[in-house]
Amino acid sequence: MGQTTNDRLLAMTETAKEMVGTCIQCGTCTASCPNTEFMDITPRHMWRLLLTDHMDAIFSSKSFIMCSSCYYCTLRCPRGLELTAAMSLLKQAASKLELKQFRRSSLFYKSFLDSVKKHGRVKEMEFMTQYFMAMKNPVLPFAYAVLGLKLLSKGKVHPEFPFGSKGKLTALFNKVAELEG
Amino acid sequence: MNYLYYPGCSLEGTSAEYDISTRLLMAAAGVQLEEIEDWSCCGATAAESQSHLLSYVLPARNLALAEKMNRSKEILVPCSACYLNLKKTEAIIKKDKPLLKKINTVLAEEDLVLKGEMKVRHLLDVLSNDVDIEKIKAGSHHKMKDLVVAPYYGCQCLRPFKIFDDPEDPHSMDALIQATGASVFDWDMGGQCCGASNTSTKPEAGMALVGNILKAAHGADAILTVCPMCQMNLESNQKKISHKEGLDLDIPVLFLPQFLGLAMGKTLTDVRLDLNLSNTRAFTEKAI
Ligand code: SF4
Ligand code: SF4
Repeated sequence: MGQTTNDRLLAMTETAKEMVGTCIQCGTCTASCPNTEFMDITPRHMWRLLLTDHMDAIFSSKSFIMCSSCYYCTLRCPRGLELTAAMSLLKQAASKLELKQFRRSSLFYKSFLDSVKKHGRVKEMEFMTQYFMAMKNPVLPFAYAVLGLKLLSKGKVHPEFPFGSKGKLTALFNKVAELEG
Repeated sequence: MNYLYYPGCSLEGTSAEYDISTRLLMAAAGVQLEEIEDWSCCGATAAESQSHLLSYVLPARNLALAEKMNRSKEILVPCSACYLNLKKTEAIIKKDKPLLKKINTVLAEEDLVLKGEMKVRHLLDVLSNDVDIEKIKAGSHHKMKDLVVAPYYGCQCLRPFKIFDDPEDPHSMDALIQATGASVFDWDMGGQCCGASNTSTKPEAGMALVGNILKAAHGADAILTVCPMCQMNLESNQKKISHKEGLDLDIPVLFLPQFLGLAMGKTLTDVRLDLNLSNTRAFTEKAI
């Protein structure tokens, strides 16, 4: 213990920081991003904050969560920086730290991966059900109910029932967790 | 021509019609596909936002399975998200040997080894570079000549790897569309983002991007896609966005191989147009 949240965030984002080390603040990434309208901090500004260790500002913002991995910034950055990958690292850090504003995305991804771990492939119905239960938001499933029913009626998803068999990819997932710590 | 085939999870479920029409079209073009035995999920966009290592291990498992089959050095992938995950893994293990070693430590749990011999190809790459376009021309007798269709590429088959098309101004579908007699809708939204999983997790942001694409497609007879995620986003949100914007944004959305298959004389049932979520009637009335 004794480590502040800020220190932990710093350690987790050290790699992301290295990735954007040669940023010249030209703003091409911001100009290329389709999601800036929904970001409180622009991508260019975020790299600046990252390089100057303003982790609290980054992790109290929603910007990196809004990234939809379109790879425009990565493609166009004049310094050839892997910006989409840096965004992903921030998402990983936010998810590991269980940050509040990332909860919805994080639960979505975790439910998805639980399904993969168990079956090797995604069982969409199961993972959506798990996601809704984890969110404990009664209104949320309703927003998807229409689509869900349509998919069911076309035989595209199949209601899943939890069963107790050993997960298909459990060994791989456990090994990854062991190596990553 | 033969390829190993990686369908991916969506093609088994929500995008079954993409799988069915891809197999059908390839058979018609004389291409053989052999499914990778016991393939598993590539991690989609979930793994990379949770764990760096897992985001490479999941695709790597499939590349290792493909190497084990060792019947062809190329893997054909129709889903753009799967394609990019597999491609990223193909690329990084050539440079990052410590990562390859780590991946192999994990894969050893299943007695698998990854050497890095496989080449990953997107369906659109194979259609526009390997398949003989004369076959599509000859099979379709200009059947689609009354149609104007909008090619939609999305992101992950174009970026960040520049393999078979211009990542900013894609045109690889043009020749395929024209081979059927149809015209290409003139727009600049082909390579724009559909919002990916934002439509589920951050609907306000995701819907804005889908709305822009649907609005720009006004005047086209259909949108063609090459990715299950794009297809789902463009098809399943039309009513919601139309209602919100007070516009009629209804438009048929088809997977490219469904369109090419129909042009080459396959029936609506063959390419499973009944499975599409958008209203395809306007398209079928004009096309058939
Ligand atoms: S495009 Fe690259 S160099 Fe320019 S501000 Fe963005 S990260 Fe920095
Ligand atoms: S990859 Fe993410 S941050 Fe970069 S331009 Fe696309 S949405 Fe914006």
